[in-house]
Formats: sequence, structure tokens, C-alpha cells
Amino acid sequence: MKMENDQDKILTELTKSDYKYGFVTDIETDTIPKGLNENVIRMISAKKKEPDYMLDFRLKSFRHWQTMKMPEWAHLVIPEINYQDIIYYAAPKQKASLSGLNEVDPELLRTFDKLGIPLDEQKRLTGVAVDAVMDSVSVKTTFRETLAELGIIFCSFSDAVREHPDLVEKYMGTVVPYTDNFFASLNSAVFSDGSFCYIPRGVRCPMELSTYFRINAANTGQFERTLIIAEEDSYVSYLEGCTAPMRDEHQLHAAIVEIIALENAEVKYSTVQNWYPGDKNGKGGVYNFVTKRGICRGDHSKISWAQVETGSAITWKYPSCILKGNHSTGEFYSVAVTNNHQQADTGTKMIHIGRNTKSTIISKGISAGKSNNSYRGLVKVGKNAQNARNFSQCDSLLLGDKCGAHTFPYLEVENESAIIEHEATTSRIGEDQIFYCNQRGIDTEKAIGLIVNGYAREVLNKLPMEFAVEAQKLLQISLEGSVG
Amino acid sequence: MAENTTVGQLKEMLVRLYHDNKTSIDANVGEGIRSVRGKALGDFEKLGIPTRKVEAYRYTNLEKVFAEDYNAEFSAERFKVDLREIFKCEIPELDTHVVLVLNGFYYHDNKITGLPEGVIITSLAQASVSHPGIFNAHYGKYVNTEEDSLAALNSFFAQDGVFVYIPEHVKIDKPVQIINLCFSYKNLRITRRNLIVAEKGSELHVIVCDHTLCRRKYLSNSLTEIYTGANAKTEYSKVQNENNLSAQLSNTYIHQEADSKVVSNILSLHGGFIRNNIFVKLNGERAENHTYGLFISDSNQHISNYTSVLHAKPYCNSNQLFKGILSENATGAFNGKIYVGKDAQKTLAYQKNNNILLSPSARMNSKPQLEIYADDVKCSHGATAGQLDEDALFYLRSRGIREAEARFLLMYAFANDVISNIGTRHLRDRIIDLVDKRLRGKLSKCNECEIHCGN
Repeated sequence: MKMENDQDKILTELTKSDYKYGFVTDIETDTIPKGLNENVIRMISAKKKEPDYMLDFRLKSFRHWQTMKMPEWAHLVIPEINYQDIIYYAAPKQKASLSGLNEVDPELLRTFDKLGIPLDEQKRLTGVAVDAVMDSVSVKTTFRETLAELGIIFCSFSDAVREHPDLVEKYMGTVVPYTDNFFASLNSAVFSDGSFCYIPRGVRCPMELSTYFRINAANTGQFERTLIIAEEDSYVSYLEGCTAPMRDEHQLHAAIVEIIALENAEVKYSTVQNWYPGDKNGKGGVYNFVTKRGICRGDHSKISWAQVETGSAITWKYPSCILKGNHSTGEFYSVAVTNNHQQADTGTKMIHIGRNTKSTIISKGISAGKSNNSYRGLVKVGKNAQNARNFSQCDSLLLGDKCGAHTFPYLEVENESAIIEHEATTSRIGEDQIFYCNQRGIDTEKAIGLIVNGYAREVLNKLPMEFAVEAQKLLQISLEGSVG
Repeated sequence: MAENTTVGQLKEMLVRLYHDNKTSIDANVGEGIRSVRGKALGDFEKLGIPTRKVEAYRYTNLEKVFAEDYNAEFSAERFKVDLREIFKCEIPELDTHVVLVLNGFYYHDNKITGLPEGVIITSLAQASVSHPGIFNAHYGKYVNTEEDSLAALNSFFAQDGVFVYIPEHVKIDKPVQIINLCFSYKNLRITRRNLIVAEKGSELHVIVCDHTLCRRKYLSNSLTEIYTGANAKTEYSKVQNENNLSAQLSNTYIHQEADSKVVSNILSLHGGFIRNNIFVKLNGERAENHTYGLFISDSNQHISNYTSVLHAKPYCNSNQLFKGILSENATGAFNGKIYVGKDAQKTLAYQKNNNILLSPSARMNSKPQLEIYADDVKCSHGATAGQLDEDALFYLRSRGIREAEARFLLMYAFANDVISNIGTRHLRDRIIDLVDKRLRGKLSKCNECEIHCGN
């Protein structure tokens, strides 16, 4: 009984813990009026000085988007979103084009410092190249020259549109077509900026590439678009992490990530997502509707997704792999934590098309407070996908009696040589486990931390070093004491 | 019927069919059956025939099935010959209370004797008139016609079927065997409705066998409501053995009270198109439910099992196991759900679906789901699709067992996990025999049946 009381106490204390990354930077932003119509799209395109094909793509997407309806199949309660009440473009005002760090707005630099982004001296120590995206426009790209020597292109999406139009035109929209889904269409119409990454043939990217996304100006939805192309025999590990400041009004985030892996290429995409989840009463918070998809186009290619999702009021996200090349491999490792009134419907799709393809899905859901956390995943084995192999494991941990954990896997097998395994469990932390720790002098809070970290270990292990530390901290912050 | 008939037109056609024949549909039934029709009809008009856009029917193409041409009959046919002579159950040792149902109508000459006092086995229509008290307390109470349109469709067409009532603390030793026969020389649309009430502390085993006696197209939509009172035990075995032209839509709603135990075995051995909807509600503490299913499909057969187990109260256990073997062009689907309500603490719920695919064009879709709103629970599900284990095959062959035989042994072992749960020995032996023949590609022809219809 004592222990339960303790747990309750810790639970209340910790669920009270506030979002630690909530702050607003005061920077003048250059915004366009609220609302969405063809003129707004033309304006965005013009402001970004885009070539005609981009404008055509945007308009095509917008026209298609108008015919679509908000998807309702997810296990989410989404308040109605007024798409006319959103500012679709906000760029930090730049005085002139910058040549060095000293020219960057010091306020902005301080913001990045608070977030721990190594834009200055730290960049050499940490070895992380950062393409910092703040309110839709890439402010500063580091390490660009180092990477350029190897032929790696790592720049903002708008730069890529201008400087590498051939690559953008060839690959953009090939993995996530503009007709793909409601949010993908919306993004295709209004996307502001994002990252572009091209690894040439035979190159092993020597450092982890990383981008920090950050929503800043009030009432601004952010529409990122990332495109990663890994040529034959190349390797890249890409990191994406985000924190967002406290806001009362809901903010919409509808991003697209496209990955193309050619023969023998390997792409590792890691995410730590910590958008503002709303307060304890479910007020505010970011809506995170993201379409992430990679295609293993060449033989022996590999795409690996690893994600730690702790933020956002609503998460709707299914990083997927299309295993088209023979012997290609797809992996998905996920830890999703929901607390208070958060809702998450996340998972993956593994589409086996080529022969001898393999996929692994490890998903760990942790729900606390009054949150709902769903895993939704599809494993599809096409008719010609001989010897496809899949292993899926989806575990849910419930912390508290008011939360929900749900599992919706879809297995579609059209080839008899496939071996597909799926297993899922749902349970809470055993009192015996906590007792065992207590008995050895570990207090209940630490014990819970220990058990949760152990539970998520399989996934955390897959993150690059730089992220693993942050991810563990995030888990602690999001879950502290919400364990009952 | 034209290929481009839309589900909307089919729906209208069914509603019209009902209105046109309302008098004969209502002819012999009591108020209990009539009173639920209005709402069911309204629900059906709202839901329509489920397309594949309806999540629960994602892998089942009902449009195709409903678009076929069928005749409908709204009164029982009376045969001069004794139906028992035409059809004999092939399990000689199995001593049961046999209840024959012909094309959805309770056979007029069922001879059921030696029942314990208070036990009622009669036609559904009869029961709705003669025992309105018990009947109305249970009929339509466990079905949610708002949720499933097949249930709604059944509810406004329902005319007849079997009513079984076991009073408190009565144990019925012999199983009650309901034999559903499809026998007509034209294609037929059949609606069957059963109500089984096992009051508290009672024990009952119901066996339902489905047969088609002619090579005609049948579309049967049957619905069985089973109420198992506190401390009662019910075993429900369903053996589906129909021809390749027939489509069987079978809905089972099980409602359990505290400390009750229900074991269901759904054995789909043969049939062109089978859809089983099984809804279980554990409505009392410490209730226990086991649902087992085995399906073996080949040629162009389609088999789809949909289960939903709702844990509404704490301390309940549920366990689902569905195993399937698919060969040739067979397609299978499993959609299982465990729903644990927020008060259902200390729930243990398990669900497993294993499938073997034997041919390149066989297809399996599996969708096990967990929806959990209570924290102190242990729930798990698992699903697999694969082939026979090559190592095991090699092991058997290295011991001098021919490949074909070795394959058969492995398949049989696979199926046995389900079969071994059947409580009645003679039935179990019979199923083992049927599965044996089925796996060897020759499903038992009814030896003693005079109509060698040939499945």
C-alpha cells in the first residue's frame, strides 16, 4: 500500500512537470496574410523565387487537396482545423544575406544555444552538421563545405530547388506523390522549406546530418519537406529533432520526408520529436501530421527509421518503407510516449515488393495520464515478393488507469513463401518489478525510470549516440512520475 | 444480376423484398420478433451492405455475394418424406438431441425426447408466441443492429430458427445438435435466427452443423444469440461444411454473466464464401471465454473470421486462437479485436492467429487488434503467416516418412491445437476424421446420405 501511495505521489508530482523547452523567441517575422488560396500559393512560390515547375507542382497539389477530405480512420479525436486561419508562410526577417555567424541575429543564436544546437564552436567538437530550420526558412547551414568536398549536397530545400533543380525535379514526389493523402497534398501545395540531402555514389557520409525543426512565430503552421537521395553504395545517417515553444493556440505541422535508396545504399533516419504537447488539461499543443516514406529502389539497399516521439498534442505519423529492390531491408524502431491529453496514432508500413526482402518492426508505446496511444502498422507482401520476411513486435505499457493503449496491425500476405510474425503485448509495470528494485534500495521513481528505459532499450540502442542521450532525457521528462 | 449493380440498388432491393412480403414474414411470429424489425430496418437503411470501405469488411467482398440472383421463401416447405431419412448425421456414436432446420425453418417433425424438466427446445417462431416472457427478455438484447448491417438485415427478416432454454442449475448431458440444411432445387436466400438461453448454474453443449444438400447457390445469413447466466457453462461448436457455390454469413453474439464460461469452436471445413462474425461481451466479473477457430480453404474459397471480445467487467479472461490453412486460390482474413473497457481491471486477454499458405496464389490478411482503456491488464496478440517448417519436414523424411505424408502430419499437428479443445469426444474424433480427409483433399462424402451431392 505504501508503495502505491508513493507511486501516486510521484505520479502527481511528475505529471505536473512542465514542458521544459517552452520559450518564445522575439524575432521579427516576415509573414503573409492568413488563409489559403491559389494566390497565397503563388505568393509563397514567388517569395521563394521558385522556378515554374515548382509553382505548377504546388498548384496541382492544391487543386487536388481541395477535392480531398480530412482522414477519419485514425484512432484520434481531432478538433476541426480551419485551414483558412493559418499563416502559410513565415520567414525570419533577414537584413541581408549573411556571410558569417556574427551577422546572424543574436536573438536567434541565443535560441539555438538554449536548444543546444552547435551552430558555433561546438560544431567542430560534436561533428554534427546542422541545417537549422526556424520558421520555415533555413537560417544557417554549417559544414556545408566539408561535405561539399565529398560531393555531398546538404542544404535547405529552397536552395536545392535553385541550385540542383535536376535532382529535385527528378525525385521530388516520387515516393510521396502529391495525391498521397490529405496532409501530403496540403504540404505539397504550401511547403515552405526543409532539407535536401544528396549522397553521391560510393560515399559514406562521415558525420551524422542533423536538422532542428522549430515552430516559432505564433499562428504559423509549419510545412517541412525533406528529400534524401542516397546513390549506389552510399551511406548516410540523418538526424531530426525538434522542440517547440509554448503556445496556447493549436499549431499545425504537416511535413513530408522522402528517402530514396539506390543499390547497396543505406539510409538511417532518426527522429526525436518533442513538439509542444499542450498543457496538463490538453490545452494547446502541436498537431503533428507527417508523411514519411522511404523507397529501397536498388537491390541490397536499406532504410532504417528510428523515432522517439514524446511531444505533440496529436501525432499522426507512419514512417514507411517500400522494399522494391531485391534483398532490400526496412527497419522501424519506435518509442512513443503520450501523457496528459496527448493522442498518438503512429506506426509503419512495410511494403514488400522485391524478392528476399526483410523488415523488422519494433514499436514500444507508453501511455500515461489521460492519453491514448495507438500502434497502426501494415505489413504487405506483394505477389512477387518471394521469401519476404517480417518480424513485428509492438508492446504497450500503461501507466495509470485513465489512459488507453491500442494496437491495430494489418498483415496482408499474397505470397506463400513469406514468413510474417507479429506479436503484441499490453501490460503495466509489474508491482513485483518495482518491489524488486525497492528491495535493493532503488526508490520507486528511479525504479520506474529504470524499467521504462529498459523497456525502450531495444529502440534507444538504435539511435545514434548524439540522440540516445537526449532521447533518454526526454523519456524521463515526459514520463517522470506519470508512472502508477 | 447485372455486374454493375451497386450496393445501393442491392440495399433497396432487399428493403423492397421485405416490404413486399411483410405479411408472410410476420405471419407466424410473436411480438418479440416483430418489435425489433422497425429499428433494424432503419439501421440497415443507414448502414447498407458493407463495402470494403467499412473497416470490419475490409478484406471481404460482400457486394459480389449479394449481387447474385437468389430466390426467397417466406414459409416453410413441408416435405412428404422424412427429412431424417434424407439426411443422417455421420457420427454414429454421437448421441445428441438432433434439431433439424431446413432452409432456415425449424423442421416440423423434429422428435426431441427425454429432455430434463423445464428445458425447452423448439422453433423460434413457436417460442416467441408460446413463451413470450423468457423470449422477450432475451431476444434481440445482445445484438447491436446499429453496429453491424448483417445483424440488422437478419433482424428484420428473421422468421424462424431454434430456441433453446435451459433453466437454472439444469445440466443437459446430451449435446443439442442443430443441423442447418440447405435443400432446394433453386438458388435460395436463407435467414436463420437462433436464441440460446442458459440460465445461471446450467450446463449446455450446442453443436451447429451447416450442410448444403444440393449444388445450388445459397446465401444464408444466420444469427445466434447466446446468453450464459452466472456460473453457467456453455460449449458452442460450429461445423461449417457447405458447397463451393454457397455463401454463409454467420453472426454469433455471446453474452456472459459473472463466473460463466463459454468455449466456442468455429470449424470452417468447406464452403465457397464464409464470413463469421463473433461478438463476445463479458458482462460479469470472472467470466471466461475461449474462442477457437480452424479454417481450411482451397479452390476459390473465401473465409473471413471477425471477432470482437469486449471486457466490460474486471477479472475476466479471454483467449482466442484462429488457425488457417490456405491452398490454391483461397483467400482468408482474420480480424480480431480485444476491447478492454476502463473498469475491466485485472483482465487477461490473449489472441493468436496462425496461417499456413500452401500455394503461390493463396492470400491471407490478418488484422489482430487491441483496444485497451484499463491499465492493470495483461493482453497480447500474435499473428503469423508462413509455410510448413522445412526442418521439421526433413526430420520426418529422414525417418522414412514420405514427403506427402510428412506434410500431412505437420498440417494435422497445426490444426490439432484447435481441434483438441473440443470437449465432446465423439465430435472431436469426427472432426479429426473430417480434417484428415480434408487435408488429404477428399472431404468426406456423407456416406450414409442418399444425396451424394458432392461438395
